[in-house]
Amino acid sequence: MTVAKFNTVITPLTQWVNLQQPLDFTAYCQVGGYQAAKIALTEYQAHEVLEIVKNSGLKGRGGAGFPTGMKWSFVPMYAPEDKNAPDNKYLIANADEMEPGTFKDRLLLEGAPHQLVEAMIIAAYTIGANKAYIFLRGEYHLAAKRLQQAIDEAYQHQWLGDNIQGSQFSLNLYLHCSAGRYICGEETALINALEGKRANPRAKPPFPQVSGLFGKPTIVNNVETLCNLPHILKNGIDWFQGLAPNSDAGTKIYGACGRVKKPGLWELPMGVTLREVLYQHAGGMQAGLAFRGLLPGGASTDFLVAEHLDTPMDYDSIAKVGSRLGTGGLIVLDDKNCPVAMVLNLMRFFAQESCGYCTPCRDGTPWAVEVLARIEQGQGRIQDLDTLSKLCDFMWIGKTHCALAPGAV
Amino acid sequence: TIDYQTYLSAAEIAAIEHEVSIMETRDAAGIEALKVVQAHRGWISDDSLFAISDLLAMPIAQLEGVATFYNLIYRQPVGQYVIHVCDSIACHLMGYEAVLIAIKQHLAIDYGQTTADGKFTLLSNACLGCCDKAPAMMVGTEHYQNLTPASAVAVLAQLAAKGEADDCS
Ligand SMILES: NC(=O)C1=CN([C@@H]2O[C@H](COP(=O)(O)OP(=O)(O)OC[C@H]3O[C@@H](n4cnc5c(N)ncnc54)[C@H](O)[C@@H]3O)[C@@H](O)[C@H]2O)C=CC1
Ligand SMILES: Cc1cc2nc3c(=O)[nH]c(=O)nc-3n(C[C@H](O)[C@H](O)[C@H](O)COP(=O)(O)O)c2cc1C
Ligand code: SF4
Ligand code: FES
Repeated sequence: MTVAKFNTVITPLTQWVNLQQPLDFTAYCQVGGYQAAKIALTEYQAHEVLEIVKNSGLKGRGGAGFPTGMKWSFVPMYAPEDKNAPDNKYLIANADEMEPGTFKDRLLLEGAPHQLVEAMIIAAYTIGANKAYIFLRGEYHLAAKRLQQAIDEAYQHQWLGDNIQGSQFSLNLYLHCSAGRYICGEETALINALEGKRANPRAKPPFPQVSGLFGKPTIVNNVETLCNLPHILKNGIDWFQGLAPNSDAGTKIYGACGRVKKPGLWELPMGVTLREVLYQHAGGMQAGLAFRGLLPGGASTDFLVAEHLDTPMDYDSIAKVGSRLGTGGLIVLDDKNCPVAMVLNLMRFFAQESCGYCTPCRDGTPWAVEVLARIEQGQGRIQDLDTLSKLCDFMWIGKTHCALAPGAV
Repeated sequence: TIDYQTYLSAAEIAAIEHEVSIMETRDAAGIEALKVVQAHRGWISDDSLFAISDLLAMPIAQLEGVATFYNLIYRQPVGQYVIHVCDSIACHLMGYEAVLIAIKQHLAIDYGQTTADGKFTLLSNACLGCCDKAPAMMVGTEHYQNLTPASAVAVLAQLAAKGEADDCS
């Protein structure tokens, strides 16, 4: 295997990103594109790729950090002649990115669409899926155009369709554009949406891995998770683990927004500290403003403050200080913005995007908005704090149908 | 019910059948069908709903459930340009409220309303995914970023002068 040549890459995901004009098929091949898919299809059996992904330590970048290899291993595998085999399994790329403060997948979708297509070939091959969808949020029009172009090119060059590159493996890949609803990013709601139903989440278990789209085994993975695959296959497990200083492997696309000097996105070793992202990359606060606090990974994660700034941004470390890594996009609060107004804005979002299926969330989120709005206008009453704390309890994990409501509180 | 053949155009039917061909079931193409018809007619009327449910052989209640679920399916007539101003957290921290006030004043409409000349409809939108370039808005399929009250109004003035519709698909 050709390993050594690529081993110096430290920003695998974004190295070929070009937002002006993404690499087309030919240009992508010139920089080594589709080599990893070729390695997967010609050098490995599906279960060997699975073993590599498991051992790489890759965890889901959609926010929950579930180990990708383990998730894939729940998908039932069948011998070709097996009569019990379902007629289809599915792979879905979750590109519904709608978590406020999160904009990392957009970079990969608009800037390197072929990378995702190649990654999906590898993932589909591994789990034995012959049909795959990219579930894209409706507002990402430019991404839709570029992804469709990449898909069309991949079909033209026999990287999609029947018997890819003369192999036994066939894959049809389709782009599905949604129409703007946050809950569609939750994997079971997404599956209902793709089936043409109202996108309420389903109860888990059964997990999609065994019963997903049309009741068939289905893997839903985040865009950034998938985009790691070609690089892991090309460069190996040791390289991937060597990218990160701590226990979590690989890189992560971190972001920052709010009134910092240089808001943006950076691909960095998984586990750099909050301080490094905030001060070295985002440049610290704008002139005249002081740092007050931040949400480390999107609207659904918990506030952290100055004393937490030396925490490494990996799944375990951020969880230890009482928040979640989530999507790795910092939302930074300064001292001239009101924290209550900020929380009110977040709660309004969750109230609006609640799918309405279960009572604690459907009624609890607007109630919390009402109370917060009163406090924000300076008319808070002492019992409001009680009410809020009760509402948080009603909407906590296990009391609602999906993770939207716990995310909201 | 409404017979789809008399209501929908050949182009609409062809586009919807293409979507059906890549899904496993006819009703799975429901959301795509709504988008196709909206691209041709601007919004989804009750008659459009009935025609689509006839074409896809799906219950009208299921299709209505889908249609009303999504922010980008319009169940009421909208103007030539639909303005979606992002009101989520990054845009809030960067002061989108001033941009919104300027737009409302310039067009003399509030959220959910359409200008008298039928050019603009104003709606909100959750995070547009360009939080590092907040405040942001989407008009039709175009995204505008790093807005100020003046630059947002300038965009709208330009569009009003231009007059040709963007295709919202
Ligand atoms: N990227 C974005 O725009 C957004 C991301 N999120 C993130 O989503 C996360 C919550 O997502 P959920 O899917 O509810 O989390 P989850 O922990 O239930 O699931 C995560 C993944 O692991 C799998 N999984 C979990 N437990 C399993 C088990 N016992 N057996 C088999 N598979 C299992 C699930 O199928 C899923 O694919 C939050 O952490 C939040 O940060 C939330 C909103 C938006
Ligand atoms: C309300 C809600 C919205 C979500 N939105 C997204 C999303 O936009 N993109 C995403 O990748 N995951 C989203 N998730 C997480 C998915 O349910 C799922 O965990 C993820 O797609 C799995 O991919 P991963 O294992 O690669 O992280 C959301 C979860 C919830 C509860
Ligand atoms: S918690 Fe909220 S979003 Fe999730 S199912 Fe219940 S109502 Fe819907
Ligand atoms: S919050 Fe407005 S673009 Fe993300």
